[in-house]
Amino acid sequence: MPFYPPSTLHKQLHSLLCACLCASNANKNSAPVVKLISGILLPQQGRILINNVSVNSLSDASRRDFRITNIGFIFQNFELLDYLDAFDNILHPYRISNALKLTSEIRNRANALAHELGIQNKLKQPSSTLSQGEQQRTAICRALLSKPKIILADEATGNLDPTNKTKILEALFHCTDKNNATLIAVTHDHELLSHFDRVIDFKDYCPTETPND
Amino acid sequence: MIDSLYLAWRYICFNRIKTITLIACISLITFLPLALKALLSASEHQLMSRAITTPLLVGAKGNALDLVMNSLYFSTETPDFINMKVVNKIINSNLAQPIPLYIRFHAKEYPIIGTTIDYFEFRKRQLASGRYFALLGECVIGADVANLLQLKKGDSLLSSPENLFDLAGTYPLKMNITGVLKKTNSADDKAIFVDLKTTWVIQGLGHGHQDIRIIKDPSAILARSKNILTASEKIKQYTEINKNNLASFHFHGDQSIYPLTAIIAEPFDAKSATLLRGRFLTEHENIQIVRPKEVIDELLGTIFKIKNFFDAIVLIVAIAMILAIFLVFSLSLRLRQKEINTIFHLGCSRGIIVQLIAAEIFIIGLFSGLLCLLALFILGHFQEQIVYKLFIS
Repeated sequence: MPFYPPSTLHKQLHSLLCACLCASNANKNSAPVVKLISGILLPQQGRILINNVSVNSLSDASRRDFRITNIGFIFQNFELLDYLDAFDNILHPYRISNALKLTSEIRNRANALAHELGIQNKLKQPSSTLSQGEQQRTAICRALLSKPKIILADEATGNLDPTNKTKILEALFHCTDKNNATLIAVTHDHELLSHFDRVIDFKDYCPTETPND
Repeated sequence: MIDSLYLAWRYICFNRIKTITLIACISLITFLPLALKALLSASEHQLMSRAITTPLLVGAKGNALDLVMNSLYFSTETPDFINMKVVNKIINSNLAQPIPLYIRFHAKEYPIIGTTIDYFEFRKRQLASGRYFALLGECVIGADVANLLQLKKGDSLLSSPENLFDLAGTYPLKMNITGVLKKTNSADDKAIFVDLKTTWVIQGLGHGHQDIRIIKDPSAILARSKNILTASEKIKQYTEINKNNLASFHFHGDQSIYPLTAIIAEPFDAKSATLLRGRFLTEHENIQIVRPKEVIDELLGTIFKIKNFFDAIVLIVAIAMILAIFLVFSLSLRLRQKEINTIFHLGCSRGIIVQLIAAEIFIIGLFSGLLCLLALFILGHFQEQIVYKLFIS
C-alpha cells in the first residue's frame, strides 16, 4: 500500500517532540516513514533533508554512516543482544561501524547515561536478565550515546506496562531535551499524544484509493 | 576487526555448547587423518629401520611375519623353535656370521633376549654404564627398562614365570644387572639382554643345586648305587647365580639340540647371502630363511592398503561433517537474522556483518586448530607405545 507523507512533514523539525499517530494499520504506515527518514528506504519522489544533508543522494555506505552517527533508534522490542551485557549493548553501535570510534570518553558517557536513566547497577548484567523497563532504558542509552540529531522511537512504549511507560517517556523526553535532539515517535497510543509538541496522524494522509494499487 | 572479534567472542561464550560441539567436530575430523599419517609414518620408520639393518633371519618354518616381529621387535608371539645345530651349520658354511636369539621369557613385562655379545656389535649398541654380561645370570638392560623400573648397574631383576598356574614350572631366576645400554629409540631400549645359556637356565635346561655328594641329610638321597646318586625334592635348587654357586650350575643333555627362536645371519657378502639362502631353501624342510625387509615391506603394503581405505572413509566423513558444519552456520545465521536486521537498521555496513561472521569462524577454527595440535602433541608423546601396541606386540 503506497504511503503519501504528510505535506507538513517536509517542514523543518528541530528540537521537537513529534508523534506520528498510526491507527489500526500502524505497522504498515509507520515502517516506511521510519525507513525513509533513516535512509533505509529511498523515496520515489522528493527528497529527505536532515541537517541540510540530502539523505537520498548519499551512497549506500554513506547513508549507513549517516544513520549511525545522526539517528538513534529505539525499537518496540528493544532489540538488545542477549549475548551482551547491558553496558556492551549500549556501546554496541560503536563496535559495528567504522564511522564511530570507541574511546574512553564514550565509555564514560555510556556510564553517565546509564546513571541518568537509573541502570548504573545493571550494566554488567546480561540483557536477558533485565526487566522490560531496564531493557528499554538500555536501548535508550544505546540510541543517545552518539548524540544523534534525530531519535526514532518506533512504538517504544508499546511493550511496557503503564507505570514503566510513563517513566520511560519522562526519561526519553528528558534526555532528548538535554541533547537538543528531535524525537520522532511512531505510536498508535492516543494517551501519549498530549506529551508531544506536534502530532501527525497518518490516517489523514493514506488515500482510500490509490492509482496503481 | 578487534571489535568484531570481541563481539564474536561474546557470542561464542554465550553459545558454549554449540561452540564446543563445533570445535570438537572440526578438531576430530582434522586430527584423524593427521594422526593416522603420523602413526603410519612412525610405524614405517620403526619397522623398516631395523629390518633394513638385518640382512637375513633364520627360523622355524611357519609365519615369516611372526619370526621377524619376534626377532627384530621382540613381540610376544613366539615362533616355533629351531636348535643350536642350525647355528653350527651356518658357522661351518663359512658364508655368514650367526647371532643366535632365544626370545621367550620376560621380566616384569619386558622381554629377556638370550643372545651372544656379537648382538651388541651387530646392532652398534653402546653402554651408558657398566659392562656387558660375562657370566651366567648376568644381564644388560635397555635404557627404558632402566628408566621405567628405576634400575641401575649392580641391581637385580627377577624373571617372570611363563604361566602363573604352572606351579611345577621353572623357578624365577634373579639376574644381576651389569650394564645399561644407551638409548637408541628402538626395541632394544625395552629389552633385557642375557647370555643364551642364562635363558636355558630360566627354562630349566640348566640348573644349580646343593652338592648331593656332601649332603648330610640322608632323606635327601632317594637311591645310591656305585656311580649314580638319586636326589629327592629336598635338594635345594638355586634361584640366583652368584660366585659361590656358579660352579654348581650345569646343563643336562645334548646342548646342540637346545632351543632357539631365530638366528640373525650376517653374510660376508652378497654372494654368500645368495648361497646361504639357496642352501636353506633346498636342504632344510623345517627351516626358513627370510629377508626381514621383504617381510616388513609386505606388512607395510597391507597397512597402507588399509590406510587408503581408512583415508577414503575419513574423506567421506569429512565431507559429511563439513556439510553439517555449513548447515550449523547457516542455521545460526538464520537464527541471528533478527540481530542482523537490528544492526543493519542501526547503520552497520555489510562488510562489518561479514567481518562478524568471519571472526566467529576464525575463533572456532583457531580453537579447533589448537585442540588438534594439542591432540597431535599428546599422540606424539605416546606414538612409540601406540605403534608398538598396534603393529608390533
